[in-house]
Amino acid sequence: MTTIPARGRTWRRRDRRTELLVWAAWLFAVALFVGCFQLISDKTIWAFVWDAPTQAGDLAVRMVPPDWLYIRTLGRPIWDTINIATIGTLIAILLAIPVAYCAARNTTPSVSIVRPIALFIIVSSRSINALIWALMLVTIIGPGVFSGIIAIALRSIGFCAKLLYEAIEEIDEGQVEAVRATGASGAQVTGYGIVPQVLPAFAGISVFRWDINIRESTVLGLVGAGGIGLELNAAITQLYWTQVSLILLVIIGTVIVSEWVSAKIRHAII
Amino acid sequence: MSLVVTAPRRWKKPPLIKSAWLRWILTIGAVVYLTLVFQTTPVNWTRVWEGLPRGAAFVSAFFPPDFVSRWDEIAEGIAESLWMTVVSTVVGIALSIPVGIGAAKNIAPAPVYYFCRAVLAVSRSFQEIILAIFFVKLFGFGPFAGFVTLSFATIGFYGKLLAEDIEDMDAGQAEAVRASGASWLQWINYGVQPQVMPRMIGLGLYRFDINFRESAVIGIVGGGGIGATLNTAFDRYEFDSAAAIIIVIIAIVMLCEYGSGYLRRWVQ
Repeated sequence: MTTIPARGRTWRRRDRRTELLVWAAWLFAVALFVGCFQLISDKTIWAFVWDAPTQAGDLAVRMVPPDWLYIRTLGRPIWDTINIATIGTLIAILLAIPVAYCAARNTTPSVSIVRPIALFIIVSSRSINALIWALMLVTIIGPGVFSGIIAIALRSIGFCAKLLYEAIEEIDEGQVEAVRATGASGAQVTGYGIVPQVLPAFAGISVFRWDINIRESTVLGLVGAGGIGLELNAAITQLYWTQVSLILLVIIGTVIVSEWVSAKIRHAII
Repeated sequence: MSLVVTAPRRWKKPPLIKSAWLRWILTIGAVVYLTLVFQTTPVNWTRVWEGLPRGAAFVSAFFPPDFVSRWDEIAEGIAESLWMTVVSTVVGIALSIPVGIGAAKNIAPAPVYYFCRAVLAVSRSFQEIILAIFFVKLFGFGPFAGFVTLSFATIGFYGKLLAEDIEDMDAGQAEAVRASGASWLQWINYGVQPQVMPRMIGLGLYRFDINFRESAVIGIVGGGGIGATLNTAFDRYEFDSAAAIIIVIIAIVMLCEYGSGYLRRWVQ
């Protein structure tokens, strides 16, 4: 009997056809990347880019030490920022509940008419950044905290409603049927069959969004919608770099605290 | 013989928060907070009321959306945003892989772990817009600043999720590869990577989506892309063109969402 020598053959993960396909995909991806980078580089003034380290060093020198006394005027803007995030999230949750109820396949009143409308609301709210909402709202209802609140709310509806309707679609239908079998009315089925199942997910989503909104509300001031972004914008345009660095430190602090709070709450719920 | 009498009790729904005093503290805290907010937030209701008809006029200025008169600028802005998104997603993910591996507690030594976690924390704390302001100052106006901003923001997002995914992986499989005498790189490649890959591809596509949406706003502070076009449209009071831009953004985001959902199913 002869044995086939196994020499010269090593183990491969894929067969030749798949390997070629993978190579083609990589080639395409690299070509796309290089092409796109070329287009960006055509629009770039490279002298400015090479100059960037010097600029960064210069900026760093101007930013330290932070102007610590300036913190006395920052209390109010931080309070406003937190309010924008919190009240905006509250309004968004209230509005997201009916939207999610209409968008979930198992609770929607009509799959062909109401569901697409709800989905459209979700997508358009999610695609437009809070800053763009704020840009429009400042023109409509004037600059200030209120515009910020509404901008955050409009932006968050889509996010909350999307996660909430996915949670509603994943519920255990058996429990709903059990409640229905006892002769419960439609509202009772929702209240005792669906709500208890999605309540933990719902609370988690709200806290998660609140955490994101704290971050987003720090920049709304750049277009005049109140909060600490207003101070940041003023400090940057007046070139008070020591104030800018203090504001950035305060923002980091706020974000870290809010992340810690939201992690704690989510941990307690789940 | 005694008769056991049970009091007629009604069943009540169990509350979300079990301990009664915590529930009360939270309720009272919420009420106090809300009253404080309403007392300190000056809502100029007359201004809002006056603004409503102006708002109606403003909203009606958006209709009908005008795709035609500024089409060249819109197409150019969209194209620029797409290049920025592609390049920054690729670069950001490529850079976030070492950072993410370094930030996973179960495979990185402690000093590397803390350093990488610090990088992730800084990258995640600042909103893209704030980063963009600084990068525009450093690199000059245009898409290069936007590209750097989005790449940097991608590191924070993708690196953190990658690190968490590696921490959650099945240690047994990784150990089996290591037991076969694999080098460190082979261990990462055959023991760790296959476990995190499916979810990471999905997240990469999701980040592509986010980067496109963000590229629409960093133009407001000079970072290039469709945001610059949008801001110009607002500044010129050409709200019908602005409406067209917003519709194009929504359409592309929807396309990305459907496309990435399709790709994810195909990959998994």
